Amino acid sequence: MIRTEFLSKSFGKLNVLKDISTEVKQGEVVAIIGPSGCGKSTFLRCLNLLEMPTRGRVYINDVDITSPKTDVRKVRQNMGMVFQHFNLFPHKTVLDNVIYGPTKVKEIPKGEAEELGLKLLAQVGLSDKAGVYPSRLSGGQKQRVAIARSMAMQPQVMLFDEPTSALDPEMVKEVLDVMKGLASTGITMMIVTHEMGFAREVANRVLFLDSGGIAEDAPPDIFFSTPKSDRACQFLEKVL
Amino acid sequence: MEVNLFEAILNSPPGFVQAFAQASMPTLGQTGGINLDFSKIAPDVPYILSGVWETLRFTLTSAIFGFALGTVLAIFKISEIKPLKWFADFYTSIFRGTPLILQIVLIYYATPQLTGFAISAFIAGVITFSLNSAAYTSETIRGGIAAVDRGQREASLTLGVKYPLMMWDIILPQAFKNILPSLVNESIALLKDSSLVSVIGVEELMRRSQIIAGQKFIFFEPYIFVGAVYYVMIMGLTWFAERFERRMRLSD
Ligand SMILES: Nc1ncnc2c1ncn2[C@@H]1O[C@H](COP(=O)(O)OP(=O)(O)OP(=O)(O)O)[C@@H](O)[C@H]1O
Ligand SMILES: [Mg+2]
Repeated sequence: MIRTEFLSKSFGKLNVLKDISTEVKQGEVVAIIGPSGCGKSTFLRCLNLLEMPTRGRVYINDVDITSPKTDVRKVRQNMGMVFQHFNLFPHKTVLDNVIYGPTKVKEIPKGEAEELGLKLLAQVGLSDKAGVYPSRLSGGQKQRVAIARSMAMQPQVMLFDEPTSALDPEMVKEVLDVMKGLASTGITMMIVTHEMGFAREVANRVLFLDSGGIAEDAPPDIFFSTPKSDRACQFLEKVL
Repeated sequence: MEVNLFEAILNSPPGFVQAFAQASMPTLGQTGGINLDFSKIAPDVPYILSGVWETLRFTLTSAIFGFALGTVLAIFKISEIKPLKWFADFYTSIFRGTPLILQIVLIYYATPQLTGFAISAFIAGVITFSLNSAAYTSETIRGGIAAVDRGQREASLTLGVKYPLMMWDIILPQAFKNILPSLVNESIALLKDSSLVSVIGVEELMRRSQIIAGQKFIFFEPYIFVGAVYYVMIMGLTWFAERFERRMRLSD
């Protein structure tokens, strides 16, 4: 489904990612964890080319998306992304946010898109907010709308970059619950997160990134109980 | 004799009126000092006031074209295609780096020479003001686009939105909203500057007051009157703009 080969990314002289080669299978829920600044966001953003890799390849469904011949827009439609700061469109209502992609990118009829949008809003528990503007929502509600907006494109993969880091603690759970629901549908998910409890419970694989490389790649119960590297031990000591 | 002078002034190029006014100023000063008598221009008030429409029409047309062209230039300025960026930057520097009044006379007098077609003073004025205002508003709009959160672009990209659609639906509406107050202020400045097109004979407010001044040989009354008209218009627009801005802010 997703495969990287010697994926490297530098910003000027700073080598952020160093030869990352890994593969994520359809339906996997991968938690990406690691110390701040180790390149988690950059790694995720290389997968949908929000950052262009400096070297190496990224294959989505066996298509090399770093090739200039690939239509990146098409690839991105198949990969939703949820951001730390939601990035909802402030001048559009909640429902219009959700149906923007389907109507303007996939060009499906508005009525059909609205039906889908309302269904998704119901799934994230925000049916009553369809007509309001994002500024009226709490952080947790905004993030749930952002998830619904991404899901409205019916992607095969969802990328999450610290979806709960900007939230007040009491709102974290409502977002994690929605993500848990998603995970059970069998969609492929890659989640950069600091929520170790969530990673442990929901993910079926943990990637521990350290200084630009994958230092550990293991199922969560093994990673959290018997981490192999010293760096992972130190990291877990700090966060658990 | 008097009738002839009348006609001479009416038919004279606008510069003549000013030269004449200056020449006759000392004489007037000697005889009377400032003796305001607005009843002298009472019959001309409707004529001057109908210049309000002309001034507004001129300003609004120029502002709209200037805004549209300014948006295009702003998009050039942020473009990754370097020649477009160079062109837009050069364009802006030209209109910022030369006097507006020079641009007005140049376009009015040079267009017939270049194209073989004479254009009306109004059209020449609108062209100049649109081009000039585009240079200034393009900077404002570019700033407005830059101020839109980077996440908006990223969210659009990850949905697979095409660039033009992203600009039109997502980025520009937010940029325009942010810069609306500056756009209104620029339009008000445009309204004031529109008095400059009197030099090529567009019969807007300023030109009309000059004509009356020339006809009647009185200067304070028509100019003070037209000054008051400008003042009321501009203060009125400013007041509306402020109210509008406050309402927009409340709706956030
Ligand atoms: N656009 C950029 N230009 C220059 N340097 C960048 C850019 N984006 C990220 N970096 C640098 O790359 C490194 C990795 O950043 P990245 O955001 O991927 O880390 P992270 O693991 O997501 O950290 P955090 O947990 O704080 O979000 C950091 O040192 C960061 O300063
Ligand atoms: Mg990050």
